[in-house]
Amino acid sequence: MRFIRVLRQSFRAFARRDRVAGEIHDELRHHVDLLADRLTREGLAPDEARREARRRVGNLAALQDAGYDVRSGGRFEHLVHDVRYALRILRRRPGFTTIAVMTLALGIGAGTAIFSVVSGVLLRPLPYPNADRLAMVWMTNARIDLDEDWHSYLNVQDYRDGSTTFDAIAVFNRRTATLAGGGEPERLIGAHGSANLFDVLGVRPALGRLFTAAENEAGNDLVVVLSHGLWQRRFGGREDVIEQTVELSGQARRVIGVMPDGFSFPETDTAFWVPTSITESHRSVRSPLWLQAIGRLKPGVSVEQAQADLARVNAGIIERSPDQKGYGVNVVGYHDQVVGSVRPAVLVLSGAVAFVLLIACANVANLLLARASTRARELAVRAAIGAGRGRIVRQLLTESVVLALIGGLVGVGLAWLLLQAFVGLAPASLPRLDAIAIDTRVLLASGVLSIATGVLFGLAPALQTAGVTPAASLGEGGRGTTGSGGRLRAVLVTIEVALAVMLLVGAGLMVKSFVKLQQVDLGFDAGGVLTARVTVSGERYQQPAASGEFFDEVIRRVQADPAIKGAAGIGTVLLDATPFSTNFSIEGRPDFAPEDRVEVPIDSITPNYFDVMRVPLVRGRFFDARDARAAPPVVIINQTFARMYWPDEDPVGRRIKYGRLASRNPWMTIVGVAADTRRTGYDAAVRPETYLPLAQSATASLQMVVRAAGDPASAAPVLRSAVRAVDPLVPLWAVEPLEDQVRALTAQRRFNTVLLSAFGVVAAVLAAVGIYGLLAWSVEARTRELGVRIALGASTSGILVMVLRQGLMLCGIGLVIGLVGALAVSRSLTSLLYEVSAADPATFSAIAIATVLVALLACLVPAVRAVRVDPITAIRTE
Amino acid sequence: MPTNADQLHGTLDMLVLKVLAAGPQHGYGIAVRLHQLSADVLRVEEGSLYPALYRMEQRGWIRSSWGLSDNNRRARFYQLTRAGRRQLGAETQSWHRLAGAVARVLEA
Repeated sequence: MRFIRVLRQSFRAFARRDRVAGEIHDELRHHVDLLADRLTREGLAPDEARREARRRVGNLAALQDAGYDVRSGGRFEHLVHDVRYALRILRRRPGFTTIAVMTLALGIGAGTAIFSVVSGVLLRPLPYPNADRLAMVWMTNARIDLDEDWHSYLNVQDYRDGSTTFDAIAVFNRRTATLAGGGEPERLIGAHGSANLFDVLGVRPALGRLFTAAENEAGNDLVVVLSHGLWQRRFGGREDVIEQTVELSGQARRVIGVMPDGFSFPETDTAFWVPTSITESHRSVRSPLWLQAIGRLKPGVSVEQAQADLARVNAGIIERSPDQKGYGVNVVGYHDQVVGSVRPAVLVLSGAVAFVLLIACANVANLLLARASTRARELAVRAAIGAGRGRIVRQLLTESVVLALIGGLVGVGLAWLLLQAFVGLAPASLPRLDAIAIDTRVLLASGVLSIATGVLFGLAPALQTAGVTPAASLGEGGRGTTGSGGRLRAVLVTIEVALAVMLLVGAGLMVKSFVKLQQVDLGFDAGGVLTARVTVSGERYQQPAASGEFFDEVIRRVQADPAIKGAAGIGTVLLDATPFSTNFSIEGRPDFAPEDRVEVPIDSITPNYFDVMRVPLVRGRFFDARDARAAPPVVIINQTFARMYWPDEDPVGRRIKYGRLASRNPWMTIVGVAADTRRTGYDAAVRPETYLPLAQSATASLQMVVRAAGDPASAAPVLRSAVRAVDPLVPLWAVEPLEDQVRALTAQRRFNTVLLSAFGVVAAVLAAVGIYGLLAWSVEARTRELGVRIALGASTSGILVMVLRQGLMLCGIGLVIGLVGALAVSRSLTSLLYEVSAADPATFSAIAIATVLVALLACLVPAVRAVRVDPITAIRTE
Repeated sequence: MPTNADQLHGTLDMLVLKVLAAGPQHGYGIAVRLHQLSADVLRVEEGSLYPALYRMEQRGWIRSSWGLSDNNRRARFYQLTRAGRRQLGAETQSWHRLAGAVARVLEA
C-alpha cells in the first residue's frame, strides 16, 4: 500500500511540476526584491542593490534545481527530472554526445544485426513440429571420401526395418520437371518423396490429401501435390484444382493436394511433390544410389544413439552383401544439417561483433570518464548547494543510461539497415535467410545491453566523481580527478587496441585466404560464357538419336551468329558434391576390391566442349565427327584420372568400362586426356572424371555453354531463338553467366570476409578514436605543464616525442596483448581459412604495422596541439 | 563577526523552526529574523536556507502557503506544524545537552 501511496504522490508531484518550479521561482524573486529594497535603504543605488541581492541569493537556477529536488519529492519525479536534466546536459555538448551515441549505436547496431542472424539461422527452431527429432540419414562413402552420399532404396528399407531408434524414415530427392500448358513451358524445381515423407516432417496439406503408400508404387504414381506458391501462381488459388490433370515433363499427373503457405522441402523453391515411385528392382538391388533419407527419431533418442543404432544395422547389411564394404552411415540432426555449413562462420561473426561491442563500450566509458573529470567543478557546485552524494551518482548514472538508450535506439535503427544490407549481400545459399529478422528477443537483449552498458560504464566515473569533496575540487581550479581516471582510461584504451588487433588479424587471415582462393585456376575460362539448361521431353525424343540431333542443330544455329565465339553442351559444368556417378573397371586389370572402387561422374559432352571452355588437351585428341553413334565407344578422362591409374604410362588407347568387369557395359577406348578443371569449387579436391561424346551417350538434358564475344547476356536471345526454331516446346531455363555461378562458389567466403573486414575496420576506427580521445584529453589536462616546459625551453620535437610516446606506449602494450590473443583465438578460424595458417606471420606483421600507423595518426592531432601550446596563456589560464 | 548559521550540522533547521515558532514567516523574513535574534552574529546563506525550508516541508515539520507580506507583495509563508513543534522541542533539548557538555569541558 505504501508503494501505491508513494506512486500516487509522485504522479501528483509530476503533474504539478511546472507549478512547483514556478512557485520556487516566484519565492526566490520575492526574496531578491526584499533584499534589494533593504540594500537600497542602506544606501546603494537601486540597480547595484539589485545586482548585489542577486549575487547573495546566488545562482537562482541552481537553487531552483536544488529546491525542486527536495520539494517535489517522489521517485518518479526525480527520474523525470534527472532525465530532463540529462538531456539538457547532453544537448549542451553536441560533440561529445554525437561521438558517444554513434559509437554505441555502431556497437549495438552491429551486435543486434548479427545476433538477429544468429537467432534466425542458428537458434530459431525449424518450422516443423518437434523439429529437434528430425534427422538426416546419409551414407558415408570411403571410396571417394564422401560423408553425405545417397542411398539405394533397399538400404533405406533395411535401416527402417532394422532400427529401433526411429519412428519412421522417409526417402526423397530433388526432381525437376517441365510444366506444360498455359503458354510458355515452365521449368520447375520439385521433389519426389515416399508416402511417409510428410508424416515424418509432421505437415498436413492445406487442401486435398497427400500420397498414399499405394501411390508410391511404380505404375500407380501419377499424382502430384502442389506448393502454395505454384497453386497461387499457375492455378489462381482455385480450390477446384484438386483432381485436375497437369502435364509434368510429358506425364499427365492428377493434382491431389496443395501444401500450406510457407512449407517448402527440401529446398526453399520446391514447387511440387510427386511420389518416389518404387519398382521391384529398387527393392532387390543396392544400386543406384539415388535417394536422400530423413527420419523422425523416437522421443528422447539422441542423434548419437541413432547413429550407433544404424551403424549396427549397416554392419549387418555389409555382412550379407560384402560389396557394401566402404559404406557407412552418418546421422545428422536436421537442424545441424541445414545450418551446419554456416555455423562456424556465424559463430566467428558473433565473436567479432562482440569484440566491436566491447570496444564501443570501452570507448564510451572512456568518454564518460573524460567528461566526468572536466565536470568535477559543476558537480562540486551541485554538492555545495545541498545535493547528496547519492543524488549526484544517480544523476550521472541517469545521464549515461539516457546516453546508452539513445545509442541503443539509433543502434536498433542501424541494425535494421544492416540487416537489410546483410540479407541483400548474403549468398542465396545461406540457409534460413527468410528466418532472419529483428525479433523481440534480440530487441530485448539490445535494450538490456544498452542499459547495462550505461550503468556499467557510467558507474565508475560517477563514483569517482562523487567521491571528490567539493572543497578539494573547487580549490583545484576545476581540474578534478586526473590521476586515477587517467590510469583507468589508459587501461581501457589498451584493451580497445588489443581487441581491435585481434579482430584485424582475423579479418586479415580471411582476406588472405580469399585472395589465395581467387588465384586458384579453375582450369576453364568462365569469362563471357552464358549457360542455360535445355531439357527435351515427350514423344518426339523417344529415339536416342533424336535428342542428339536436336542439340547438334541448336549448336549449329547458335554458332552461325557472328557475335558468338562458340557453343557446346555438357551434362553440368559445375558439379555438386554428389553428381550422377558410377564405378568403372580397367581392361587388363582385375576388378577393384569393394573398398577401392571409385565413382566417377558421367558427363556427356558435345565434341567442341573443351574448345569452347578453353580447357587444354594434355594427350591424345578431343572428340570429333569420327566418334559417331555407331563408331567404337570412346571416352576422354581428366588428368587426375590419368595420374591415379596410369602414373607412368600413356592412358591413350587403353580401355575402360562402367561397372565391374562382368557388366554388360561396352569397353570404351580412351582417346584423350583433358586438363583438370575444378568443377565443385575452388577449394575442393579434383575427382577423377570421364567424358563421353553426346552421340554415343544420348541424354535428354544438357547445360548449354555459349561463349559470346562480349557480354554473356547477349548470347541469351541467340540461344533462345535457336532453341525455339528447332522445337518451340522445349524450355530454356537457369539462364545465367557462368561467371555468376563461379562467383557463387565463393559467395559464402566473400560474405564472411567482407563482414569480418568491416568489423575489423570499425574496431580499428573506434580504437583510434579511443587513443585520440585519451591523448587529446591528456594534452588538455596538462596544458599548464606543457606551457611551463615550453617556457623553460623544451624543444618542439621534445614535446612531440613526449606525447607520441604516451600514445604509442598504449598502442604497443595493446598490440602485444592483441597479437598474443589473436594467436590464441585464430585457431577457431581454421575451418574458414584456405591455405593460410592461423598463425600466418605475414598477416600478423602486416596488422602490427597497420596498427602502429593508425595509432600514430590518432596521436598526431593531440601532439601537434601540445606543441602549439602558448606558454603565456597556458600558465595564466590556471 | 558574522558566523554561518549552518556551520554546525542540523543547527540551521533548529533555528529556523525556532523562528517559525513565533509565527508564520516568509524566507526573507526568516533570514532577517535570525540575524536580529542572534544580535547580528548569525547570517544564513540563501543557498542553504531555501533547500532547508524545502527539506523540512517535505519532512512535514513546516508547511507553506502563499500570502501577502507587510508591503503587500505576494510571498510564500512558512508555518510550524505539530511535527515541527515536536522536532523543535527535541532538537532544543539535545542542543542544550550538547552545549552544556561542551561548556563543562571547556570550563574544566
